[in-house]
Amino acid sequence: MRARVLIRPKTGILDPQGQAVERALPALGFEGVANVHVGRLIELDVEDASQVPQMCERLLANPLIEDYEVVELEDAA
Amino acid sequence: MKFGVVRFPGSCDEVDALMACRRFADADLLWHGDRDLRGIDAVVVPGGFSYGDYLRVGAIARFSPLMESVIEFAREGGPVLGICNGFQVLCEAGLLPGALLPNDSLRFVCRQVEVAVENLDTPFTRACDAGALLSIPVKHTTGRYYAPPGTLPHEQVVLRYAPGHNPNGSMDDVAGVCNEAGNVMGLMPHPEHAVDPLTGSADGGRLFESLAMVPVA
Repeated sequence: MRARVLIRPKTGILDPQGQAVERALPALGFEGVANVHVGRLIELDVEDASQVPQMCERLLANPLIEDYEVVELEDAA
Repeated sequence: MKFGVVRFPGSCDEVDALMACRRFADADLLWHGDRDLRGIDAVVVPGGFSYGDYLRVGAIARFSPLMESVIEFAREGGPVLGICNGFQVLCEAGLLPGALLPNDSLRFVCRQVEVAVENLDTPFTRACDAGALLSIPVKHTTGRYYAPPGTLPHEQVVLRYAPGHNPNGSMDDVAGVCNEAGNVMGLMPHPEHAVDPLTGSADGGRLFESLAMVPVA
């Protein structure tokens, strides 16, 4: 099973990376962009997808500052 | 009193920390792959880039064999001081509240800052004077302290950046915190780089001097 983990900064925590991207887009002529946040993407092949949330809690994310979402994909890479 | 200074692959301030400890007590290096703390009385987790800081600062170092022993040592009341990357490791290990995020400027900062000692009643600050400001350098990219609302009691804030000295956007100017029991402390500034007047300030020595005063069993 291929799993995809999406990790985002928690709402309400200052995200300077997202802000920097948000400021850069209008400079290229892209208007009407708001609430930009930058996170991480981790993809992994796992035998037991039910373990992925625990992996997130213990290592892949820091639940104090990050939210995570696990997406199960079809096949191993 | 004998200090043990942890050396991870990627540590870079462990020798300065060792020399700072030796001004006030005995000290030896501890290797990350060992489990034996070799009878030391206090642990210093130094600055650097432990295990490359891959994934997230401090996240992987926290699972090293030695850290498991350090966590047990801390839970039994042993004094543990984390500096910069060491602070990040102790937060990841759950020994300290909160976490360290990228600086609000997204830039590496390297400068001398002043920090106020907010809590004199810890094993790390007893040698400081009431109301003291310490002049200590910071050098980091990921030093913005954050704790979720309601998780950091006032008395656990040990050091605060003086007004105008917050280099990274830390919440409430927090520069150093301790755990609820008071035996584990972490700070972003580098006291081990401020132990000799030759380098501009010896104020950092007060923290090592305080720890050296802790009675040993």
